[in-house]
Amino acid sequence: MKKTLLTAVVSAAVVFGYGLQAATAATLDDVKKKGYLQCGVSQGLPGFSSTDDKGNWSGIDVAFCRAVASAIFNDPQKVKFTPLSAKERFTALQSGDIDLLARNTTWTMSRDTQLGLNFSVVNYFDGQGFMVRKDMNISSAKQLSGASVCVNTGTTTELNLADYFRSNNMDYELVAFEKSDEVVKAYDAGRCDVYTTDKSGLYAQRLKMKDPDNNVILPETISQEPLGPVVRQGDDQWLNIVKWTHYAQLEAELYGVNSKNVDKMKSSDNPKIQRILGQEGDFGTDIGLDKDWAYNIIKDVGNYGEVFAENLGPKTELKIDRGQNALWTNGGLQYGMPIR
Amino acid sequence: MALQDVSRNAGPPKVAFFNDPKIRGWAYQIVLLAIVVYIVVVGLENMFANLRAAHIASGFGFLEDTAGFSVSQALIPYTQGDSTYLDVYLVGLLNTLLVSIIGIVCATILGFIVGVCRLSRNFLVRGVASVYVEVFRNIPLLLHIFIWYFGVLRLLPSPRDSVSLGVFGLLNNRGMFVPRPVFGALSWIPILAFVVGIVASMVLLRRAKAHQMRTGERRPIGKWVAALVLGLPIVAFFIAGLPLSFDLPKLGTFRPTGGTTVLPELISLFLALASYTAAFIAEIVRAGILSVSTGQTEAAYSLGLRPRTTLRLVVIPQALRVIIPPLTSQYLNLTKNSSLAVAIAYPDLVSVFAGTALNQTGQAVEILMMTMLTYLAISLITSAGMNWYNAKMSLAER
Repeated sequence: MKKTLLTAVVSAAVVFGYGLQAATAATLDDVKKKGYLQCGVSQGLPGFSSTDDKGNWSGIDVAFCRAVASAIFNDPQKVKFTPLSAKERFTALQSGDIDLLARNTTWTMSRDTQLGLNFSVVNYFDGQGFMVRKDMNISSAKQLSGASVCVNTGTTTELNLADYFRSNNMDYELVAFEKSDEVVKAYDAGRCDVYTTDKSGLYAQRLKMKDPDNNVILPETISQEPLGPVVRQGDDQWLNIVKWTHYAQLEAELYGVNSKNVDKMKSSDNPKIQRILGQEGDFGTDIGLDKDWAYNIIKDVGNYGEVFAENLGPKTELKIDRGQNALWTNGGLQYGMPIR
Repeated sequence: MALQDVSRNAGPPKVAFFNDPKIRGWAYQIVLLAIVVYIVVVGLENMFANLRAAHIASGFGFLEDTAGFSVSQALIPYTQGDSTYLDVYLVGLLNTLLVSIIGIVCATILGFIVGVCRLSRNFLVRGVASVYVEVFRNIPLLLHIFIWYFGVLRLLPSPRDSVSLGVFGLLNNRGMFVPRPVFGALSWIPILAFVVGIVASMVLLRRAKAHQMRTGERRPIGKWVAALVLGLPIVAFFIAGLPLSFDLPKLGTFRPTGGTTVLPELISLFLALASYTAAFIAEIVRAGILSVSTGQTEAAYSLGLRPRTTLRLVVIPQALRVIIPPLTSQYLNLTKNSSLAVAIAYPDLVSVFAGTALNQTGQAVEILMMTMLTYLAISLITSAGMNWYNAKMSLAER
């Protein structure tokens, strides 16, 4: 890479922000130097990332960003959030505008291999579903031939939809909007018969409709949507931090460590818990952090089960049950790698 | 002055070549060009280096890949799963051109009417036109689009309770479903007759004009023109045995089937663009007409021309010289503003190509460059056309 100042300025302009502090730079050092984590989240998806009337962010993607901040700074507040549209999200990460993308983003092969990005873990196993108005008396997605479908552009949703209708030999009209708010508004105004997105999204968006109870979610799940945080390719240390943040939260849940009992658990006899909480061995140093990294995550943010219950679970408006996102020991898919 | 005398008599004074303003001028141009080229080359080189370093695939090979998504309005044959990203580009481009062209035509007509009304002596007409201009040009275009889209959408009934427009089809919140003409084998006959009629009436008009220039007499040829343009094709249509039928839209489970769909997105985008731009055009037209001095009108009246003829032959030709250049900018604005389509799901170039295709392929640099160059090309072509028209209308200096 050329080094003159002129070149730097010009090329930054020419390539629309594909800046010079490219992927190989150590993100952890940058983040430490800045003093905060810049995290890309969605513009407003209840349960994943949304703001309340006071501007406070919440949701499981937000909690994930806070967990990473806790692991680095022992302070979950040292995060700045960048709300991104589906279209902007990858460019923002590629260009270095954000350090971490936690924006209910589906892990696909092309995204993982062609964009200069790496997916780290799956913090929510989702699948695409359909929502229709109750008075249409439709009980299966197979009855949707000829329907108008509202969808958010630039998502895997659009392609899954195409695949599903094509493989079932059904015809449809695609109405694709740039912002999810417009999708919901248009569906609500009757422009479309069907609204499709990830099922978690359907539950969340249904709350925004003028008559939520008149809308039903069809039983079919037409795709795998493993949603997870994304980092730039070529910075293995940073990838490790992100991966193990998630695993630490899963392992903590598995061994019953939560934000309330974490201090007591520090004196637990269980060597597995001792390793998680930094009482035995020094796993934090190997990923560039200190040995209390996982303790801080659990103390500040909580384990995976707590985060889920707080943002998506039955006690929230969304009322989503754990399902595929239960721990593997409970028949789900969430499986933490052992910390040892 | 003495100095001037010297230079006049002795030719330009001898100076060292690096002080010669001509050579200096060239040197500056060359240096500037070199800097520009350097910046562009280094910038591009760096961009590709960065893309490689970030492991981002680049190149235009993706254009031949199959696009797996469908598009709600395609003017060329488009099948999801068979068509490529290049087809997506063309579909988007044509949709952009469609809404721009009908927008420009309607904005111009509406703008001229409102502009003339602004100068009307009738208080009510003038008032309505003024309110129109002030309301429409002072509200952001995006809001216009949303108002037309969501406002109108909510008022329209669901497909099951479609409003019937009689022979013109059905109207509901999925759009307007109009009968689609199905051309029979012999339908070229009336079309040919129509073309012949137009050519013949153009010849007739030209000869009538030449006659008027020569003798001052006006030939009443209106009836003949009407007969040629309308009568001839109708007669030919009957002779060819009515080679035209209509595919009528019918109510289905969801959307009506059959016929041609005019998307609500197209209608609302078109209405918003045309009404918004018309407000600006009205002001341009008003300014143009006001720029022609009243002396011209008075002179025409004293020559015995009627008000209508005065407007057509004296005022408007002179006003057009003032109107055309800013009108060009409005046309360019309208075309570029059509990219706001992305907000309401109209499948224009930005929405389907720089939106959906960009996301599916991740080729941001290539796609954005293509899109920018396309808009640039559309704008340059529009300007070239308008400049040609402007040159034609400009004052013929004698």
